[in-house]
Amino acid sequence: MKKQKPRVAFFDFASCEGCQLQIANLEEAVIDVTKLVDIVSFREVMKEHSDDYDIAVVEGSIMRPMDEERLKKIRENAKILVALGACACTGCVQRMVNQWPVEESITTVYNKDEALKDNPYFANFETKALDEVVPVDAYVPGCPIDRDEFCKVLVALLLGKKSPVPDYPVCVECKKKENVCLFELGKVCMGPVARAGCGAICPTHGAECEACRGYVTHPEEDAQTDVLTKYGISAEQIMQRKSMFTYRYIEEKAKQEVEE
Amino acid sequence: MSEIAIKVDHLTRVEGHGNIILNAKNGAIEKVQWQVTEAPRMFESFVRGRHYHQVSHVMSRICGICSIGHALCSLKATEAAMSVTISEQTELLRKVALHAENMQSHILHVGYLVAPDLFRKGSVFPLIETHPDAVLKIIALHRLANEMSDLLCGRTTHPITLMVGGFTSTPSERELSSLRDRLSNILPVCDEVNQLLLDNVHMLPDFTRETEYIGLTSDTEYALYDGVIGSTDTGTHPVEDYESIANEYVVPYSTAKFASHARESYMVGALARFNLNAEKLTSGARAWAQKFGLSPISYNPFMNNVAQLIEYYHSVEDSIALIDTILNKGLKNETPSYAVKAGRGVGAVEVPRGILFHDYTYNDKGFCTRANCVIPTNQNHKNINLDLEALAPTLLGLAEKEIELNLEMLVRAYDPCISCSTHYLTVEFT
Repeated sequence: MKKQKPRVAFFDFASCEGCQLQIANLEEAVIDVTKLVDIVSFREVMKEHSDDYDIAVVEGSIMRPMDEERLKKIRENAKILVALGACACTGCVQRMVNQWPVEESITTVYNKDEALKDNPYFANFETKALDEVVPVDAYVPGCPIDRDEFCKVLVALLLGKKSPVPDYPVCVECKKKENVCLFELGKVCMGPVARAGCGAICPTHGAECEACRGYVTHPEEDAQTDVLTKYGISAEQIMQRKSMFTYRYIEEKAKQEVEE
Repeated sequence: MSEIAIKVDHLTRVEGHGNIILNAKNGAIEKVQWQVTEAPRMFESFVRGRHYHQVSHVMSRICGICSIGHALCSLKATEAAMSVTISEQTELLRKVALHAENMQSHILHVGYLVAPDLFRKGSVFPLIETHPDAVLKIIALHRLANEMSDLLCGRTTHPITLMVGGFTSTPSERELSSLRDRLSNILPVCDEVNQLLLDNVHMLPDFTRETEYIGLTSDTEYALYDGVIGSTDTGTHPVEDYESIANEYVVPYSTAKFASHARESYMVGALARFNLNAEKLTSGARAWAQKFGLSPISYNPFMNNVAQLIEYYHSVEDSIALIDTILNKGLKNETPSYAVKAGRGVGAVEVPRGILFHDYTYNDKGFCTRANCVIPTNQNHKNINLDLEALAPTLLGLAEKEIELNLEMLVRAYDPCISCSTHYLTVEFT
């Protein structure tokens, strides 16, 4: 009897869908992926849909009760749930919206409109990452994800091995590339605390690391602040950078302080 | 006659979430509607307080498919607000980057999302088995487009190198020259893929409905990166008047706003650009338009798919010409110089799905205080709804599956980008 391949389903919530797009961007290697697994649901590229799957790969943040319910159903159906990309892992840039009361943001974008009243489509709450709603088994970080890293995570899951996503900072990869340190150029780089795995792609192209992949497990935030201060970078500039892709950590810190 | 109730919940093979609903009783349509259910993402709210340096990086995240276009439109708006001028080299390189994205998005849409309809399949995956050569050719076109983005922007999605006034790093002359050769070598593959669509073009429904077409237009070129607003109904308008062109409004069944101008609705995208600017296409692209029998003004929205492949050809040929110009002038190391100042600026760029506007206000420290974005798909939503209303009655004699397929194909022809527009689709037959 032919052995059944693991069944994989892709889902998305609030996001730009750029991380799912990276699957198409695997080009010819997509054909290899389809040899390893059966893709049974992928709304962005296929009409067929099945609720019978082993691995759910989920992109996007959770912003409404209706989305929360859908994610819980996906969690019930899946043996393994993978958070795909920064929106799913941390909340990405759209988490910055949590700086304001939800009603204010809705009014800013849509004005005060009767169409919005008691309308579930517009019933936003604060932006959440997937693991703030359901347990997550594996993470593919980044905005966008690195498509080769996605394949490595998938293969590790299929073989039952531990996650290949590194837990050291971007500086390590940046040094290997022999880039000039961006602090020397007066830039606010997140390299010292940001999770590596991207090959320090932004600094290599002359742009600051924005920590789109989130922080390492134990970020040396105080040491980073000291270094930045030494280079004459203001607290305001540092907060601008930290509140862009990594607002989740600011929220979590504030919560911890309240609890203490 | 029986009741027909179709509900396509979360339409597939489009970017984002939208529904199509059709109710018919005794051969008469009671309701047909295109709904957008994507979560509101509220970029215009949370970009407030961002420093101008970060704004294009934040705003590119509106869309994974057209992130280069969003970044460029954002930069143009910021540059307009602060009176920043860019060098000729920067403009030429930005145009090549925009072509790369147009190529990537168009071939993804026609090759991966529309082609399965023509072969009555649910996705491109079965075509890998049945039409391997065609799929590999489509992948070759997709790969080249992405490699162009990698080279110009540092990455395929969410550009790294594009910044206010210029680039953080540029490709070398050798890399540009090698890209030029690969573009030149891909033209025969473009011919083969275009021929494949031409052989199957009879599968696209023959449906027309008169409407207004809006897009950038220019006296000097097939407008993509720059130009003034052009309308097939009202002529040209300055970009700064965009609000009186789009006239956005909110409807209860959509988290994406709707838009209207001279008529109840208008269309943007590849077909709109073709209808406005066809005579400015490169010679190879014009020759393909002739083979497809496409000439302005075409009122068949399904021809948007054809216009996209014609534009792919144009983007390849025009990129070759742009790279030649850059190389002839010699690549220079440039550092942008400008002063941060308070002000308001509007940028407009043609992205794959149509005309895009970004509008920002900055304070004197360079922090964004107000933002407004008008997205191509929003501008198409009302036109999609009116097309559905016109197309649906002609389908009622067909089997429910065929009705559903035709409605889906119509929405898909617009290549809607729903994440962008909520900043939208499911077919509901209820």
